[in-house]
Amino acid sequence: MLGLSVDRLRGDMNRLLALLFHQGVLDEQFLQLQQLQDESSPNFVSEVVNIYFHESEKLLRNLRALLYVLVDREFSEYKKMGIHLNQLMGSSSSIGAKRVRNVCVAFRSASDQNNRAGCIRSLELLEYEYCYLKNKLHELFQIEQQRSLAAAVRYPVLQQRPNHHT
Amino acid sequence: MVCEMESDQSEDMDIVLSSMWPEDINEAGRQFNVEIPGGDQDMLKEVTINKEPKIVDSNRLMELTNYSDKGNWQLANLVKNWEYKQANAVRLLREELDNLSKQQQEVELKKLEILEEHRFEQDGYCGDKRPISILDENLKYFYQDAPRRKNEVVFRDEKVEIDAEYDSVVYWKQHALHLEKLLEASLRREQLLLEKLQESIENLERQSSPVEELSQVLKRADNFLHFVLQNAPVVIGHQDKELRYRFIFNHFPSLREEDIIGKTDVEIFTGSGVKESQDFKKEVMDRGLPSKREITFETELFGSKTFLIYAEPVFSKAGETIGVNYMGMEITDQVRKREKMAKLREEIAVQKAKETELNKTIHITEETMRAKQMLATMSHEIRSPLTGVVSMAEILSTTKLDKEQKKLLNVMISSGDLVLQLINDILDLSKVESGVMKLEAAKFRPREVVKHVLQTAAASLQKLLTLEGHIDDDVPIEVIGDVLRIRQILTNLVSNAIKFTHEGKVGIKLYVVQGPFNVIKQGSQKHSSDQSTVTECKQDKNGIYGNTNGQGTCENEAPMEEDKESQSNNEEPVVWIRCDVYDTGIGIPENAIPTLFKKYMQVGADTARKYGGTGLGLAICKQLVELMGGHLTVSSMEHHGSTFTFVLPYKVSSITDSSDDEELSYMENQDHDLNDGNDDDDLRSGVFTFQPLTLGSLFSSQTSGRIQKLSPSDFGFNASSNCNGRLEDSLSPSSNITYREMSSEEGNRCSSSDNRHLDAKNDQGHFRPYAHPIGSLNSSNNFEETTSVSHQTQAQNGKSSDLKPKILLVDDNKINVMVAKSMMKQLGHDIDVVNNGAEAVRAVQSNVYDLVLMDVYMPVMDGLQATRLIRSFEKTGGWDDAVKAGIELQLPLPNLQLEKPRKKRLPIIAMTANALSESADECFANGMDSFVSKPVTFQNLKQCLQQYLAD
Repeated sequence: MLGLSVDRLRGDMNRLLALLFHQGVLDEQFLQLQQLQDESSPNFVSEVVNIYFHESEKLLRNLRALLYVLVDREFSEYKKMGIHLNQLMGSSSSIGAKRVRNVCVAFRSASDQNNRAGCIRSLELLEYEYCYLKNKLHELFQIEQQRSLAAAVRYPVLQQRPNHHT
Repeated sequence: MVCEMESDQSEDMDIVLSSMWPEDINEAGRQFNVEIPGGDQDMLKEVTINKEPKIVDSNRLMELTNYSDKGNWQLANLVKNWEYKQANAVRLLREELDNLSKQQQEVELKKLEILEEHRFEQDGYCGDKRPISILDENLKYFYQDAPRRKNEVVFRDEKVEIDAEYDSVVYWKQHALHLEKLLEASLRREQLLLEKLQESIENLERQSSPVEELSQVLKRADNFLHFVLQNAPVVIGHQDKELRYRFIFNHFPSLREEDIIGKTDVEIFTGSGVKESQDFKKEVMDRGLPSKREITFETELFGSKTFLIYAEPVFSKAGETIGVNYMGMEITDQVRKREKMAKLREEIAVQKAKETELNKTIHITEETMRAKQMLATMSHEIRSPLTGVVSMAEILSTTKLDKEQKKLLNVMISSGDLVLQLINDILDLSKVESGVMKLEAAKFRPREVVKHVLQTAAASLQKLLTLEGHIDDDVPIEVIGDVLRIRQILTNLVSNAIKFTHEGKVGIKLYVVQGPFNVIKQGSQKHSSDQSTVTECKQDKNGIYGNTNGQGTCENEAPMEEDKESQSNNEEPVVWIRCDVYDTGIGIPENAIPTLFKKYMQVGADTARKYGGTGLGLAICKQLVELMGGHLTVSSMEHHGSTFTFVLPYKVSSITDSSDDEELSYMENQDHDLNDGNDDDDLRSGVFTFQPLTLGSLFSSQTSGRIQKLSPSDFGFNASSNCNGRLEDSLSPSSNITYREMSSEEGNRCSSSDNRHLDAKNDQGHFRPYAHPIGSLNSSNNFEETTSVSHQTQAQNGKSSDLKPKILLVDDNKINVMVAKSMMKQLGHDIDVVNNGAEAVRAVQSNVYDLVLMDVYMPVMDGLQATRLIRSFEKTGGWDDAVKAGIELQLPLPNLQLEKPRKKRLPIIAMTANALSESADECFANGMDSFVSKPVTFQNLKQCLQQYLAD
């Protein structure tokens, strides 16, 4: 029973991943990330991705603020946006968030051209893509967590006690 | 039954005969197995029988029926049949006749009676009248003899009622009248019978002649045959002695009758199969036995068709063969189907074979995967902690310990090393076996390899043995092969030889043997002396590992050039070099030789006890040699020694790099001043000898033989006090290698990063791995100091396993840092991380790094500027520019001015996102060496590390 559910969950995970790859939400870099996950760092992927979310939300907030609040000091504003976007682009490509990264590229070229309308469009698209990615990855991690729980049940040694403490 | 049929026959005869159905009662009918034609006679009428295909040579048929047994028999049958029918008819007639004659007799009797009566009457009439009653009674009596039935039938009115009085005139008159009537009736009947008789006779006459009937039977048979055969793909024929057609039935004729009759097969049509069929018929005739054969015709007439031909010989009454009957059925489709089936079956068989093969492959792959898994497990689970233990023990050995502790610790270290070695052996073996082992092609100098192997061996030698190496002059200076593996083999064989040799010598001999593409190049000899100096300089860096190969460091001098060269020389000539490793040891008993190269096998349990070891070494050697395309053999004489021989193909490389030249010659000059040119023709020299030393303190400090790995690090630095406290040991080798005491380098900066060696009091030089030796021209002012460190050991190579290269990652992006760090960790490197260019400059200032990975866009200071500042420092030796740029240097750096500039350019790799505007040109222009594109992957990190940390 438990073994079955482990397999099922693994299948779910693979399907979800395949979907995300197919949609171009993720690329091979995500697999590289997964390769980095081993016994010494069993939650590497989710750790990295959580940091990514954390950072990205900050960046997105900043970008939004820059675009909507500080309308007057344009040039430095665009430069700052460029820096934020570089950040976001770098980290997105590091975790393999392909579509987010692509939107960043577009966003950046819009900001390079001081194209405010383009920036606003890009920001909206970026936020949409970001939310989609976040939802999907959360889903993925949830399945993974269930899977590891299901897998762990068979081995009492690996019970999730640390989780209860936190 | 016969009777039944008879009764029908007379009535049905006409109908039956007119229909062409044969009688079922007769023999002919039975022969054809015909059903009684009944209500479904019409069935046949609907069928139009095509008579055309039948082609009969009727003369021949006559002949046949006259002369052949078969025809004869058939005719006989028909005749018998006819006779039988005739007999039947005769019998019927006879019965009829009997009937008639009986009736006639009765009539006759009646007549007599009447006559009698009349006579009596006359008598009575004329003579005395007697009472009629008596007569009556007599008459009655008389009549009783006649058949009753007839009486009843014929004479129903026998008793004549006469009303008149007896014997009166009237009575007689009446009587006469009555009799007259009877007579009349009798005459009528007679007439009738006569007519009937006549009719029967006529009937009899009308009945068919035998020939007619016979032909009718035949016709009917013929019709049946046609009916049956009208759609059958059948050809029936008869051919005479000369195989000329006399009869042919072919429902689908493509030739007219006259084209066939009287001709042979060969005359009628041509093509493949025709001759065969004719020969087959001939054969049947010759043998006199019927036979079947499948023949495929390929003729213009009807294309490609296959026939199953049945042929039977026809004999004359005298027993001679007079012809052949044959019947052919077209089975082209069946043959095709059959062939298709056969093909399919074959394909299925092939498929199955493939499947099994595939399963095997899958099995093998699975095995390989398991082996790989085992490898990974082994390396992770055993090697890492063990390395930890050994390293810690080594560090521990540098701390203050008393004698007893030191002794124990040494045992501990050497045991740990042995286990490590063992694990490495097993890993090697499983690598080779699971096909994971990859060979690398790199240039190397065989002479140096031999020399270093011997040096290494000599360094740890604890016996009075002479180690010698001899390399033939025609062995190329430089060849291409997997030097590490070759060295591994040599080391293994030599250490084996030493292990089993107690006195005398152990040696290596190299010479070229005939191979298919044996070309020798010696064009590089003029650089020979240069080489040694280069490698020598390097020794400083690689101090700990010591006595290995100079080759790696040579490459390091100009890695790019080397690479290109080896790539461009795709068609280098191949030279086969034979290598003998000989000894004067205990030898190997002949019966042990077959198992010598097997895993875990040793000559005997005794040997294992006495000499130790796992018995893996030779197995690994053999597998490695075979992996490289060569072979390993052994010859031995017990108590006199053994010789292990392996022959390997190498590509020959040519040395033509001119820039290398200049540098080398430059350094050679430098070297000559300092070094008295004592290593001048080292490269060319083909003979090395390592004589046993006077064993002053050979075994003094060490009980357990510390294996080679660490000892060579001491070798060459004998004069400097030794961290491991095993100075004595290292004194043993190199009698012919003069070494110079290392000048003390007070100004030498201790690597702050290399904490583990800080405890050692005199760690200068060989434990200063990051002081890059000669290599840049602006090092001249400090040159002497540097070079003097390391003159003694020629061509040292090999990265110390204890000293990992230090890598600095400069990136502001947390995610990137996490990923890169984790990847590096999996690749076996710990890295330092800083977040911007300014921090990077500070880090480079206070640490010595072997490689910097630099993001380009960063806050505070970008990667390009940071790189410029670092380069500026390398050039000027001062951080002035950095200070100008506003970087607060962390330390006051008291020795800032004393600091020697780096001997070597620090490789700085840019990390670029292709989408960004930072261009490769920009990176290069700012002094970066290369770039990797982001996001970093295992692949590009590994490549980068291989390229810049190759030495």
